Amino acid sequence: MKILVTAKRVEDPESKIKVKPDGSGIVQEGLKYKINPFDEIGVEEGLRLAAKHGGEVVVVSIGGKEVQEQLRHALAMGAHRAVWVNHTGTLDQLALAGLLQKVAEKEKPDMVILGKQSIDDDQNQVGQYLAEFLGWSQATFASKVESLESEQEKNKVPALQVGADGKTVRVVREVDNGLATLECALPAVVTTDLRLNLPRYASLPGIMKAKSKPIEELTPEKLGVDVTPKIQVLKMSSPPPRKAGIKVPDVATLVDKLRNEAKAV
Amino acid sequence: MLHGYGLYQEEHEAFRRTVRAVIEKELLPFAREWEAREEFPRELYPRFGELGFLGLKYPEVYGGSAAGELYEAVLLEELGRCGSGGVSAGLAAQFTIATGPIHLFGTDAQKRRFLAPAIRGEKIGALGITEPDAGSDVAGLRTTAVRDGEHYVVNGSKIYITNGVRADFVVLAVKTDPAAGHRGLSMLLLEKGTPGFSVGRKLQKLGWRASDTAELFFEDCRVPAENLLGQEGQGFYQIMGNFQWERLSLALGALGAIEDMLEQSMAYVKQRRAFGQSLSGFQVVRHKLAELFTEFECARQLTYHALRLHVGGQYAVAQTSMAKKVATETCCRVADACLQLHGGAGYMMEYDIQRHWRDARLGPIGGGTSEVMNEIIAKQLGL
Repeated sequence: MKILVTAKRVEDPESKIKVKPDGSGIVQEGLKYKINPFDEIGVEEGLRLAAKHGGEVVVVSIGGKEVQEQLRHALAMGAHRAVWVNHTGTLDQLALAGLLQKVAEKEKPDMVILGKQSIDDDQNQVGQYLAEFLGWSQATFASKVESLESEQEKNKVPALQVGADGKTVRVVREVDNGLATLECALPAVVTTDLRLNLPRYASLPGIMKAKSKPIEELTPEKLGVDVTPKIQVLKMSSPPPRKAGIKVPDVATLVDKLRNEAKAV
Repeated sequence: MLHGYGLYQEEHEAFRRTVRAVIEKELLPFAREWEAREEFPRELYPRFGELGFLGLKYPEVYGGSAAGELYEAVLLEELGRCGSGGVSAGLAAQFTIATGPIHLFGTDAQKRRFLAPAIRGEKIGALGITEPDAGSDVAGLRTTAVRDGEHYVVNGSKIYITNGVRADFVVLAVKTDPAAGHRGLSMLLLEKGTPGFSVGRKLQKLGWRASDTAELFFEDCRVPAENLLGQEGQGFYQIMGNFQWERLSLALGALGAIEDMLEQSMAYVKQRRAFGQSLSGFQVVRHKLAELFTEFECARQLTYHALRLHVGGQYAVAQTSMAKKVATETCCRVADACLQLHGGAGYMMEYDIQRHWRDARLGPIGGGTSEVMNEIIAKQLGL
């Protein structure tokens, strides 16, 4: 089976993010970047499915030439080849989904696996848009029943279960009140939650091999997608600093404060 | 932080990211516990073996990746940031000093018996040179090995042997011809469990707490003659040849430790306030850090120069000795200055800087003292 996975370039969550004084964006000097952690989980799941069922994992990233670093990372993890949509400048979620739609139509994968959101602006929209644009079934927030310390996880068993006929995928989803199981017809779009798997490290042989794996370059023009943003960012600002907490002497005071001050209960 | 200097390529930096991820997930969270226990889990060897970290410069036929010494250099630098000099030393001893001589001078059969399982992390190795009365003065070693039929009979003792307590084999420097000075030295591969071989106490140390450091004793210990490394009488040259990578490895580890300390200190002086402003607002603090970063840069340039010569195939004894001395001594000075920048907090066990300060002190001693480095440099100058 063929699986398309994404590798968005995002700010390293360990970096300290500062908003520019004029609110036009974040200060980029000195920042480190990495693959979106949710996408990395998607790459891992794709690799496990390909190892179990045979087939190919194609990784796609959208951005300037710097995103090749994230593509190489996914290739070093084991993805077979990469597609780079070369574009500098702002892209909104509709444009991203539009570009991915065209890549998916060109590649014709059995499944597209994306992070449920990217940790830079946490929109959680692209996967859902993409499924709609493609007219495919979708399963968001894919998770795992077994714990990440389980034997299944150690043996890199994929959490997504492809049906015996290869026409469906069973996805366990994380929802507010627990876990829900969906069975989707393939091709499908799946977005990953945090507790789906533990992504592998890029091994040294993987890093060496990644050097010679092909990266195909595409552009929005070649794909025929109008990426003019429909969303305009007016201003960015830091969240207000968190106020210090207080200590309460007993439960009665706590309940009183929750009821009458916070109006939470 | 800048890396590269025309030395490391993109794939070395990709490997660095992998090493850093491994260290942050699998070593750093436990480093304090291992330091306190004065031991790290033996399972780290097979884990590092599985990750391919123990055979980076060794041939694929023995399970290595033949990737080259620059990858090992990256690993050594990053291990300097693993939160424990002892863990770094115990693991690095495996792929630098213990297996190095077998790779360089061993027969195919010896490599299959000792090198291959060490690359997999199944067997722990140690290098046994230093004795109570001789270290860098290898010609003065007293442990003897007398040929008796198909065996060598070894008598004597070794001290300060990293990995000595847990070692499954020791690459042992012995005198096969006690009258012949440095030409009478040979190297033997000695296996754990050989009758007459015993391990004395585990030594307690100022730093490198989590590593195992032992005294070893040999009493009529019979080692099969086939365990001789190379030819009789070549020990001196074998030891000298292996010293180059050992010394570079100590310099590279020091660079990683310096970088870690400077990052910690930068964060501390920005966050800690005194007299109404951040410590970093004081010129004296800013200038101190500027000086420390400059010293770091000097040590790094010299080390990378020696490393470049070494990987280019040169026997760069003077530059390697200079790099070892400068990098490890800089590490000590930076540790002291960074501890001072931390003020009272620097003296507290809960901050990591005191551990760096204790660990750094081994640098100008181990693998040949700074004074021995100076002697080597002087000799290279023809003095």
